[in-house]
Amino acid sequence: MSHSAELASPAARRALPKGRARRVPLHILLPSLVAAAAMLVPLFYLGLRAFEADPQTLANLVLRQRNLDLLLNTLSLAAGVVALTTLIALPLAWLVVRTDIRFKRLLTVLGVIPLAVPGYVMAYALIGLGGNYGVLAQLTGVQLPRIDGYVGALLALSLYTFPYLFLNLRATLAGLDGNLEESARSLGYGNREVFLKIILPHLAPSLMAGWLVITLYVLGDFGAVALMRYEAFSYAIYTQYSGAFDRIYAAWLSIMLLAVAASFVMLDSLVVKRKLARVGTGVARPVKPMRLGRLRWLVYPYLALIFGASVGLPALILGYWLVLAPPDLSFFARVPGTFLRSAGAALPAAMLAAAFALPIAYLTVRYRSTAATLIERSAYIGYAIPPLTLALAMVFFSLRTAPFLYQTLTLLIVTWAMASLALALGPIRNALLQTRPNMEEASHSLGHGPLSTFLWVIFPRLRRGILAGIALVFVLCMKELPITFLLAPTGYTTLAVTVFTRTSEGMLAEAAPFAAAIVVFSSLSVGFLLTKEGKR
Amino acid sequence: MTTLNLNATPQAGAQQRPAPLLSVSGLSKRYRSRDPLAVENVSFSLGNGEILALLGPSGCGKSTTLRMIAGFEHPEAGDIVLRGKSILDQPPQQRRIGIVFQDYALFPHMSLGHNVAFAMRHLPKAKRAARAREWLDMVGLADLAERMPDELSGGQQQRVALARTLAAEPQLVLLDEPFSNLDAALRESTRKEVRQLFKAAGTSVILVTHDQAEALSFADQVGVMHAGKLIQVDRPERVYQHPATAFVAEFLGHTNLLDGDADGEIAQTALGPVAITPASRGPVRVSLRPEHLALATAPDGHGATVVEREFRGHDCFYLLEQHGQRFCAITPSHTLWQIGEQVSLEPQRTATVLQY
Repeated sequence: MSHSAELASPAARRALPKGRARRVPLHILLPSLVAAAAMLVPLFYLGLRAFEADPQTLANLVLRQRNLDLLLNTLSLAAGVVALTTLIALPLAWLVVRTDIRFKRLLTVLGVIPLAVPGYVMAYALIGLGGNYGVLAQLTGVQLPRIDGYVGALLALSLYTFPYLFLNLRATLAGLDGNLEESARSLGYGNREVFLKIILPHLAPSLMAGWLVITLYVLGDFGAVALMRYEAFSYAIYTQYSGAFDRIYAAWLSIMLLAVAASFVMLDSLVVKRKLARVGTGVARPVKPMRLGRLRWLVYPYLALIFGASVGLPALILGYWLVLAPPDLSFFARVPGTFLRSAGAALPAAMLAAAFALPIAYLTVRYRSTAATLIERSAYIGYAIPPLTLALAMVFFSLRTAPFLYQTLTLLIVTWAMASLALALGPIRNALLQTRPNMEEASHSLGHGPLSTFLWVIFPRLRRGILAGIALVFVLCMKELPITFLLAPTGYTTLAVTVFTRTSEGMLAEAAPFAAAIVVFSSLSVGFLLTKEGKR
Repeated sequence: MTTLNLNATPQAGAQQRPAPLLSVSGLSKRYRSRDPLAVENVSFSLGNGEILALLGPSGCGKSTTLRMIAGFEHPEAGDIVLRGKSILDQPPQQRRIGIVFQDYALFPHMSLGHNVAFAMRHLPKAKRAARAREWLDMVGLADLAERMPDELSGGQQQRVALARTLAAEPQLVLLDEPFSNLDAALRESTRKEVRQLFKAAGTSVILVTHDQAEALSFADQVGVMHAGKLIQVDRPERVYQHPATAFVAEFLGHTNLLDGDADGEIAQTALGPVAITPASRGPVRVSLRPEHLALATAPDGHGATVVEREFRGHDCFYLLEQHGQRFCAITPSHTLWQIGEQVSLEPQRTATVLQY
């Protein structure tokens, strides 16, 4: 060291090319690009189909009063479901993570099980409960008005989509640094203020991710909406496809629905801008659980109501079909084979989706740029497109460009992964947002390159998020219907297809063993993944 | 352009110095194109086994300088040369420069042993666990190798972070405010231990801190940064006693800034004639440390009034007022003056002429 600072001669300065420091490693960039490119395939087909019509027909199709009605119906349903799921999921996540409530494990599992209940089963359970000949009337003599229309669709969709929000909120709450709250408390803030000013802002990304996923689900669902006879976009598309075979109008309805979905995706990207990585010191400490005290007399009835409706109701209806009015035994014997076909396609799809979600989440969190945002947003395309449209688009794609894929399991798995990539993205992105960038810097300074750092430092930190992502996708695929309907190889009947065909023919008892199989095995897999997640 | 204290050390040219380990020249960095430079034309060099402290208030660019040396940020201009070779093109993982973060950045999912073993890419896997134990032993934590980071106190986490950094056997260690998260009692002893550790191992270190006491006691060389510029680099005692600018003088401790008229080695100031260095002519501003002012009983009516007194045990700190101007003085506590008393101020040492 010289005893005086040296002045740099201008020659010692070197101009550096811009952007070199932030070059994205190939193992991140390549899979992200592949996923983004794949998402454009169905869009391309949709456009191709939609513009087959002549301008006059087009104008007639697009400028209809009915389209506006459909739009309003769809939006009010989405808003209702978002509100109701938040009312269910937020208190539940809080109770499970932050209070001294007992049986947390059980409550968590109960909070996720509804994911395993197909929407159409939930809808049937609701329909079957009320009315003159409803199960409630049969069992107790008490008559409930028939549940259908807006209220029916709202309940059916909320009761089986709230776990998406619950899982997101739970993961974030569990990862939140307790010191933040404690310091707020030490500044004189009470429980309510701490929640509003400290916790809620940190939950915002999870809330937004959950709301987005649920909204897209509502926009795309046709099973529950169709059964409840609620005139939303998806129902209209479904009837257009199945009844009228007018694929150009269906394509246009899909494009309108897509525009709605796209605006929600854009809204989300505008709001989720803040950085929420921990800036504190050392290692986060878990927060001390809050004592429930007398609040428990409010909490228990609340839990009873949620789980009674989301878990108890389908169990009651299925139990009624299986025990009190059971079908022939031969139907039970066919369950295992059918189950293996469902799981055999759902598991690879789940892992494929998570494998692509991981680099995309990494890209968007660590290498923020317009291109990265575009890639992330494109991941939502597969989710935002109504499943029927996506499936048809993929049929057309395989027939036109890749005939060797037509009617193969590979196409089904890839399409499922495309449809559910966004689901896997949420929890992984949130886990990453809570991992400070200097973890990677520390690893680099210890001599580890990007790949080694990713494998040993980042990946283990994200394991929770990845498992949550796989669980979400697996359960979605186990009960997925419209895509399977169109893409599964001939004879490859899954549980979902069996349940749907039977129930739509009014054979409720004959559908029950298969529906029960979906519910039981999906629940077990969720439970299993949650147990693994509990370990470090 | 920063003007530097080039002629402050006449002996610097005399001794032949070996080629420096690290040499930074003309380093500049801007985060956004509209922002002012976060780091502006910073140059210094570091010898083998030396400890340099970059000292400055928060936002002065010292951490950014450190992050550019580590390779986490890329400079807009300038060069960083390690052992005679520019490392600008190397990613952080190839530079063999270790860093200890302010928050330690221990990997929460790995035990202490694993955290340290993670640094040993140069060793075969079979040997890492045993070596990790040796490193942990060196920082006195060998028994805790199986523990997870969240089971440790802040001081222990800090020592693990240090062991992990050293285990990679870096050519240079960077410390980013490493002691700021320790409580005061622990900070001083840890600082001493860590300095001994580095000196024993001959480790070259750059420390970033805003704590002048830490910089002065820990480092062989102190570089003072302000608004992105490196204003002065020198031995701790010289930076303290011969600050280049008013900012350096005030950042390193209490001082009296006196405006005066210089004529050779004497300047006429509010305190009367004061000996100055270096010799100058015309209007100057000089810095005189409070401990270089002696107080004496004033002849009636003439002198300064004691305005504030802070008794500190071994010495006493006074704030004084004379002709509407304030001065500070530190004197041994065997003679004490009361507030309101009249005293005369007598400069005991040479004041340093400031560049600005």
